[in-house]
Parts: sequence; C-alpha cells; structure tokens
Amino acid sequence: MYFQFAVALALAILALVVCALLIGLQKLFAPNNPHARKLMAYECGEPPTGRAWINFNVRFYLIALIFVIFEVEVAFIYPVAAVFSDWVRHGQRWFALGELLIFLLILVVGLAYVWAKHDLEWVKQIPD
Amino acid sequence: MPLLNSLPDYVLTTRTDELINWMRKSSIWYMLFGLACCAIELMHTGGPRADIERFGATPRASARQSDLMIIAGTLTLKMALRTRLLYDQMPDPKYVISMGSCSNCGGLFQLAYSVCDGVDKVIPVDVYVPGCPPRPEALTEGLLKLQEKIMTERWLAATPRAAGEVV
Amino acid sequence: MEPLTIYEQLKARCPESVLETSEKKPDPFAVIDPAALLDVCRYLHDDPELAMDCLSNETGVDFKDRIEIVYHLFSYRHRHGAVLKVKLPRATPRVATVEGIWKSANWMEREIFDLLGVNFEGHSDLRRILMPEDWPGHPLRKDFVEPQEYHGIATVRESPIVRLDEHRKK
Repeated sequence: MYFQFAVALALAILALVVCALLIGLQKLFAPNNPHARKLMAYECGEPPTGRAWINFNVRFYLIALIFVIFEVEVAFIYPVAAVFSDWVRHGQRWFALGELLIFLLILVVGLAYVWAKHDLEWVKQIPD
Repeated sequence: MPLLNSLPDYVLTTRTDELINWMRKSSIWYMLFGLACCAIELMHTGGPRADIERFGATPRASARQSDLMIIAGTLTLKMALRTRLLYDQMPDPKYVISMGSCSNCGGLFQLAYSVCDGVDKVIPVDVYVPGCPPRPEALTEGLLKLQEKIMTERWLAATPRAAGEVV
Repeated sequence: MEPLTIYEQLKARCPESVLETSEKKPDPFAVIDPAALLDVCRYLHDDPELAMDCLSNETGVDFKDRIEIVYHLFSYRHRHGAVLKVKLPRATPRVATVEGIWKSANWMEREIFDLLGVNFEGHSDLRRILMPEDWPGHPLRKDFVEPQEYHGIATVRESPIVRLDEHRKK
C-alpha cells in the first residue's frame, strides 16, 4: 500500500490539533461573562425589532441551483480532461471528444432554457 | 474549567499572564466609532502616514469582533443609549479610549441641550486622550498607554476582586 | 424677475392673501395669510412665468409673541427667487404642509416640528427628526427648559475649573 496520503493525514492531524489548541486555550484563559444585554441580537446599537426569520427571495435559491448543476458538470469534465491523453494514445480521441460533447450538449440545452426564461437576470423585466 | 483568578502567584502564572497580555496588547482591534470631527483624525491615525496598524490595531465595523472602542466625537444623548448597548455587546476583555474633548467632558458643546457631557457617564473609560481633535500622534500615544495598562493586568493569580467586578 | 415684481404679480392674482411686503432691500419678503398659503404656493409653483420649482429652505423663527415660518423659493428655469413668511400664534402654531408641492418640505417640516413644535396639517410623516423620539419639549423655543436628566444620564457636568478654584483656595 503506497503511503502517498501521508501528507493528507498529517494535514488532518494538524487541523485537529490546531483547533483543539485554540478552543482549549480559550476555555482556559478567556474571560466569560455572559449577560442578557451581551447575548442580544446585534443590530448596530438599536434594540432589535421584528423576527429574524423573514421571507427570502426565491432568486437566491434559483441562482444556487443553477450554480450547483453547472459546478457538478465542470467537476465531471475534469477527470475526462485528465486522462484525455491516454485516449489519444489509444487512437480513440474522436470517440472521447464525441462523448464529452454529447454530455455538454445535454447541459447546454438546460442552460439555453434557463437563459430564455430570464432566470439568469437578477432583476426580471415585467412583460409589457 | 477556566483558570482565571484561581491560581497562586508563582512565577509561572506571572509569566503566563505576561504572555497573554502581550498577545492581547499586540492585536487590539478597535471598533470604528467615529461620531464627529475626531473620526477624521481616527481615520488618519489608521491611514498610511500615522499607521496605527503597525501596533496590531486594525479597524472592525462590528462590536462583536473588537476589543477596543474608540469614542471619537461628540456624544449626543440620543447616541449615548446606543453607545451603552454597543459597549455591552462587546465581548470581554474590552477597553475604551475616549478621544477628544467632546467625549472626555462634552468639550465645546458642553452647554448644549442634546449633548451628553462625556462618554464616562455611560461607559467606563480606560484612557482619555485630550485634544480637539487630538493629532494622530496623540491618539497613538493613548493607544500605547492602553497597552501599558493591559500589561499590568493579572488574570491567573487569585487576586482579591471588588464585588461584582468581572474577570 | 425681481422678487418685488413677483409679489406684485402675486398680489394681483390673490390680493387678500398677501398681507404685506417688505421694503426694497437685497432680500425682500412677502407675508402670506396662513389660510391661503397652499393656494399661493401652488400658484407660484405652477405658473409658467414664475415656475418656483425648488423650495431651497424652510425654517421657523420663534419671536416672543409669534412663530414665523420662512420659505425660500427658487426657480431653476427663470433663475429668480422669492421669500415668503407666515406668522402663526404661539399658543397653537399650525399651518398646512407644502409637502404636496415640494417634496423637500418633508424633512424640513419635520425639523420645524421637532424643534419648534409647529403642527403641519396633512404631513405624511410628522415625527421628530433630530431629537430622540421621547424627548420632552421643543428645544428651540425661547421658553424651553432643559431637562435635568434623560434616561438616567445627567445633562450637566461639574466644571473642572470650579473644582480647581476651590482646590487653590485651600
């Protein structure tokens, strides 16, 4: 078993140690005086009014959804690009390119739909 | 669990205290609380020429992320209530520098009906920096005085504290 | 157009609204009847020759026996200005709002309400703008008495000079 992930293990251990150190030192040496006014919701000096749970605009959800879809698409393209030279060496470069283009084409149809439905615009124009 | 105000006064606790105080004084983040003309001098003190950031003091906009509150400018009665709330919302350990005549004692506007004569009517002040407005060098000296004050604090050794004093 | 000519034109159109005009001086004014104020202002704003499209300032003055509201008008089209004054009784000072004609009157009338206590009828949002919401009294009145404390904060501070003099006398 090649221990090529030794660096990753060292990084994980270091991360845990640093976090434990920071939180541990804080628990030991930091003053802790919670009282009601200190724990209030912060509103730049004004007494807070209203609920913290408000209606969120659905645009945020839409943008996040579109982002996730195309992010996953890019994540799938990366391994294909990484081993593309192997496929070229075996003389199957057109096959690989064709498959990749079909994958992209399916998602481009989705992009065209989202674009045409004006979901990429932050401020949608009201139709006359 | 916390070791504050609980250990005997050995050299180890003193040295640890000094270490903690050195760490705190070297990265004392101040809250931008510029109210009037002193705010301009506060900005200049944070600017490139009289750089206060070389002492580790970087400006923060939120009270939750700062350990120093520099009251720079005239405090009106309307603002005094909010100043008290912001001071209460700062996490411990917290310090206050009163910058300029208006926040020291009401200054030029002491006789006005809407001015709170001095910020120490609402919050406890550690260092007063006189001036109208104080030069950036004066405010820097105020910060250095505050750093000296921080170095004299004792957290770990069990020292007698006044009733109600927070540690 | 000279301000006095403007007042002449105004007097010609609505004679009983203009109570008096001042003498010829660099900044002459016209005193308007409070009941006819809206009429006069709307005429000054809409008439194409006068076209007072900017209320550059609206402020109040507290005399011992009356409160005056002073309006400084300006026309960007014709580059001329006018000054109107309205005299109100001190006991219940109230006048119609000109917010419907010039939007800038919104905050200016809030300030006059806050500091002098003048009630503007028809104002969309008449509340204090400078002083805290729960401040007692109207500070710029001549008979205003400063409160001794506000929410527990004393409004006076002992002068250090007094203490120094006493210390020196010892």
